[in-house]
Amino acid sequence: MTTGSQHGEPSTQGSVLLEVRDLKKHFPVTKGLLFSQTTGYLKAVDGISFQIERGKTLGIVGESGCGKSTTAKLLLMLEEPTEGQILFEGEDIHHTDASHRRSYRSSVQAVFQDPWSSLNPRMRVKDLIGEPMVINWDVPKREIEERVEKLLGDVGLSTYHANLFPHEFSGGQRQRLAIARGLSLNPKMIVLDEPVSALDVSIRAQIMNLLKDLQNDYEVSYLLIAHHLATVRYMCDWVAVMYLGQIVEYAEVKELYNNPLHPYTKALMSAALPSHPDIEQEEIILTGEVPSPLNPPSGCRFHTRCPFAMDRCAIEIPETREVAPGHTTSCHLY
Amino acid sequence: MVSKGQGNEIVLEVEDLRTYFSTRWGTVKAVDGISFDLRRGETLGIVGESGCGKSVTMLSLMRLIPTPPGEIVGGSIVLEGQDILQLTENEMSKVRGSQIALIIQDPMTSLNPVFTIGNQVNEAIQIHQAIPKRNIMQQTLEVLRKVNIPAAESRVKDYPHQLSGGMRQRVVGAIGISCEPAVLIADEPTTSLDVTIQAQYLKLLKDLQQQQNLALIFVTHDFGVVAKMCDRVAVMYAGRIVEMGDVREIFNSPSHPYTEALLASVPKLEEDVDRLFAIEGQPPALHDLPPGCSFADRCPYVMERCREEYPPDFHVSATHNSACWRLA
Repeated sequence: MTTGSQHGEPSTQGSVLLEVRDLKKHFPVTKGLLFSQTTGYLKAVDGISFQIERGKTLGIVGESGCGKSTTAKLLLMLEEPTEGQILFEGEDIHHTDASHRRSYRSSVQAVFQDPWSSLNPRMRVKDLIGEPMVINWDVPKREIEERVEKLLGDVGLSTYHANLFPHEFSGGQRQRLAIARGLSLNPKMIVLDEPVSALDVSIRAQIMNLLKDLQNDYEVSYLLIAHHLATVRYMCDWVAVMYLGQIVEYAEVKELYNNPLHPYTKALMSAALPSHPDIEQEEIILTGEVPSPLNPPSGCRFHTRCPFAMDRCAIEIPETREVAPGHTTSCHLY
Repeated sequence: MVSKGQGNEIVLEVEDLRTYFSTRWGTVKAVDGISFDLRRGETLGIVGESGCGKSVTMLSLMRLIPTPPGEIVGGSIVLEGQDILQLTENEMSKVRGSQIALIIQDPMTSLNPVFTIGNQVNEAIQIHQAIPKRNIMQQTLEVLRKVNIPAAESRVKDYPHQLSGGMRQRVVGAIGISCEPAVLIADEPTTSLDVTIQAQYLKLLKDLQQQQNLALIFVTHDFGVVAKMCDRVAVMYAGRIVEMGDVREIFNSPSHPYTEALLASVPKLEEDVDRLFAIEGQPPALHDLPPGCSFADRCPYVMERCREEYPPDFHVSATHNSACWRLA
């Protein structure tokens, strides 16, 4: 709760809620059981920085192994970073007292990909959605029940659903339950990890629209982790493209889709499936696969697959440059 | 561009195929009277959501329906002039793999983890082709090279867990094409792959199709795959094909409300969409279908007649059919 600007037009809502500075997560790789030795580090996230504004959505796209899920875990405090800072409303969450950390944890919630495994099958809906409030809030039971009913209504379910178990719902409805649970503590941010990719096509649109509506009603920020570029275009305000633990390009959504600069972003766009058979796509088929993050390539990490690679790409690490207002990329071409 | 397969001979003709399952809730009509044909060199997309019967269709074409509880209760599947529903199980196992082959969705589970990939490709060749044993490995290497497995000579000795997802999917593809089938069915072959690997794989399938003049059937829920790969599309809903036609006709002028709604509910890569169209409700339960059109409950144009009688196929054009009473 800082400035009064958040009640203005959406475009003036731009105060920063969360800032990540040079965040790193290196997992030690060990050999041997009893006297195990660290033989190397898996650099899952290796120096990323970004900001999330109030009421806005940042999308992180990339292929498996690029570090997007580790980033989500770091933000949810499920992993301790090796280096770097996460500033939430200006406060470094790892160097603050326990009560601040606790309030951070309730301000940042998550909705996961698979609503079949993310809801406890032995709990009734009212307990699933009410549980975070029982743990975090000291309010009477009646109030929690009322709020559960309101949340159910907000996500498009009915009050009678409160007494049912998760198995009595379809995939789309289950994802609605997961969203209601995520919203129960009035969070300021929700981490959405592939929230629609496990759902059927016609249900995806329902859930994406619901998430957009709820963002307006609850003034919540989203961090959306996704691999489907069209989904990201529809949902996000800002996009970060990740490759092997680093952000290679970062821009506002329109700018990124109309003017992708990094060769990896271009390749992703050309590999994404078209929405009409007559759309001609630039054909950039990347050869090979993502190298192992255990032993990332020297210089620019993308140079082994890059169609525009030059000699210096294998030697020098490209700097992150701002090529247009708000549009940064790390590539020797620019 | 005219559909690639036009003028070529028909290799597969499916007529009024019905596959039912008996369950404790009653008979589930998973596939209920579908008909289509497929020409050499052509790619047909079968699109639909989960539970629409697309996978059962594909299993029926391979005659891999678990019986009981499932059974192909009617219709015919004529593959290269022969009705495969009349074959004995022994005869069918000769057809499977050599005339019609299948690439299934999950390369992690479709390969046997205790055999090398060389073994597994060998097996398919050995069963279907009368070639001397010492030449089989030669053939295996050739097939693996065809699907762009780098250093095939050393890779044949690898076990599936030593390969990445994209490579495993290629090996599954290699087994599929090893005996040069006339029809190759790909069931969501790319859903578990990363975007750039998916692009490689789709390009590979296209190249293979051209080399061998394969007839391809793509079973998918993704209209993007259809737009990229297919010549014709069949849209399935609740066990039936509700609309079928040339891929451009379907994208430009979908005439069934379900197709129209599905297309409008997909976000677009190339342009900003203000708000996606969302189809309300859920598909109906297959053991308890309404008497009329199965889409009636979710249809914005529903009329009285829709709830009483299932619509027949109406011709929209010579290459475009749709089962909707609005066309009557």
